[in-house]
Amino acid sequence: MAATRKPKLAVWKFASCDGCQLSLLDCEDALLAVAGAVEIANFPEASRAVVKGPYDVSLVEGSITTPHDAERIHQVRRASTVLITIGACATAGGIQALRNFKNIKELVPMVYATPAYIETLNKSTPIADHVFVDFELRGCPISKVQLVETLCALLNGRKPNTPTYSVCLECKRRGTVCVMVAHGTSCLGPVTQAGCGALCPAYQRGCYGCFGPKETPNTTALSVAWDRLGARDGDIMRAFRSFNAYAEPFRRESEAHEK
Amino acid sequence: MKNRVIKVDYLARVEGEGALHVRIRDREVADVKLRIFEPPRLFEAFLRGRRFSEAPDITARICGICPVAYQMSSCHAMEDAFGVTVGGPLRELRRLLYCGEWIESHALHIYLLHAPDFLGYEDAIQMAKKHGPAVQRGLQLKKIGNDIVTLLGGREIHPINVRVGGFYRVPTKKELRPLVEPLKWARDAAAETVKLTAGLKFPDFEQDYEFVALRHPDEYPFNEGRLVSNKGLDIAIREFENYIAEQHVAHSNALHAIIKARGNYHVGPLARYSLNFDKLTPAAKAAARKAGLGPVCRNPFQSIIVRAVETLYACEEALRIIEAYEMPDQPAVPVEPRTSIGYGCTEAPRGILYHRYRLDPAGQILDARIVPPTAQNQKTIESDLRSFIPKRLSLPQDKLTWQCEQAIRNYDPCISCATHFLKLHIERE
Repeated sequence: MAATRKPKLAVWKFASCDGCQLSLLDCEDALLAVAGAVEIANFPEASRAVVKGPYDVSLVEGSITTPHDAERIHQVRRASTVLITIGACATAGGIQALRNFKNIKELVPMVYATPAYIETLNKSTPIADHVFVDFELRGCPISKVQLVETLCALLNGRKPNTPTYSVCLECKRRGTVCVMVAHGTSCLGPVTQAGCGALCPAYQRGCYGCFGPKETPNTTALSVAWDRLGARDGDIMRAFRSFNAYAEPFRRESEAHEK
Repeated sequence: MKNRVIKVDYLARVEGEGALHVRIRDREVADVKLRIFEPPRLFEAFLRGRRFSEAPDITARICGICPVAYQMSSCHAMEDAFGVTVGGPLRELRRLLYCGEWIESHALHIYLLHAPDFLGYEDAIQMAKKHGPAVQRGLQLKKIGNDIVTLLGGREIHPINVRVGGFYRVPTKKELRPLVEPLKWARDAAAETVKLTAGLKFPDFEQDYEFVALRHPDEYPFNEGRLVSNKGLDIAIREFENYIAEQHVAHSNALHAIIKARGNYHVGPLARYSLNFDKLTPAAKAAARKAGLGPVCRNPFQSIIVRAVETLYACEEALRIIEAYEMPDQPAVPVEPRTSIGYGCTEAPRGILYHRYRLDPAGQILDARIVPPTAQNQKTIESDLRSFIPKRLSLPQDKLTWQCEQAIRNYDPCISCATHFLKLHIERE
């Protein structure tokens, strides 16, 4: 990135709720500063102005669920120097990847009267299944602190500082008493990547896995612990099968508990 | 140029993916199609087999802009199913959470998405160069809305603290105090926003809408009330599907809603305001009157003023709730699942959001139905464009296209919600 011109930033949307790109607009205090440091070249949620590619940085939100999008992601990749996936949909397929465990032909008629009008793929897949991804930001939604950190790191030519350890470490640092040990509340914290700031235990509920699997998660051991707390297989399967259901470690664990 | 096509392939400053296609033949609008190509995500299908308690967190993911609305409608539907009423401070905290979402969502739409149209900018960042203090004020207002949601919900997008029956953890009186001073600033900023928006130029475009909104005997509606219209609809929430039908059309991944036998209707701030003006606070009423609005507003372009009035209301309501708050003994009312059908409808920033769930004795969801506000407004948006375009055919193509986009943005359409919606394409044959 040449110092003489501002890097061009583009935001792309695939199947998603818009929440992760909204995180950029939610950086209220930092928004105009970010907008000053980069050229916002393509961000339809915020602007009707579109600057032609190529782009220095592309933020990609959403998963691939239609034949058209499976093509479009290649165009985005070709036009982007650095491609960063933002959020559980882009990094793991999202909640809409629940279709991957069922037959799509049975699902569509449950919502639409004329399934023939609907063009959709059998599976919802993460961006990395289709193109090379340079960096990923986890979360449902992403953390805006991690988003600003990642943009700052890129602007300054350094590696973004986003941890891959578990939510447990954030709980300890925050001084939250372990909800699993102290209250017997089932929690996905031990196998879930940090980044949210260990929100749920601070609100006296168990973590439900928004940031997806941490590095080398021991999901089997956690299931045994849940079992001891009185969870039934259905509970364990459903817990692993939510916003990061198709992330490999969570997928395997949920399938192990399928009836 | 007798025949023209107006097309916008990817509508900007809306939430989600959609397009507009307008065909003009012999100076008449031959066809208007609002195409929603936002990919289908099939929420109603995969809710089947999940537990009742999972619905608030799962349905929140339909929309990152109004997750609180999804959480509220699903909670109310489940509580209706189990015969539980949430009252007292828990009910007040839910209203407070909704105030936060309205302030955040309305400020985003007024300042970042809609005002640039009126002032002739492509986006708020360009607008900020000439109107810096106004954009800063909008961002600050938005932040205060988000601060309410974050305090009560843990984070602004997909809050984690809402459950069927109430919350996981309720705040102490002391924890709510830091919101008071910012909210007093926000109340003044909202009043300034009403003045600012009242000074914009509006096209003369009054439509004879059927407005549909919740109406509650004692308050401006958030979570409860009867569904009423200005044309005779007055029904309980559970009767929704007897009166309103959803149609599946080829050009859209969002279902179109109509009132059976009458056709399209209008939900959102204009409907809410026109049906509930008497329930606004004295300051909100006075600000609306000073801005030149009557108790009913039929010009969709003026929805930007109505949003500002509602923001003012939400700030005052939030302050009232915080002042009167006493921490409840329990964070949630206990619920006991049973075989049942539950109905919920609450006022999302964009209008009524309806949920219905059928449950088995263990509280497992057998089937689900969700009707979001943008799906309900789709046909009205198309009908607005049919009336809007003919008088403006002499405009150059780029101007006409931009004005059509603006007419769509009047509805603050949330396409991510509705697919479960924008590209503009005007064809002149």
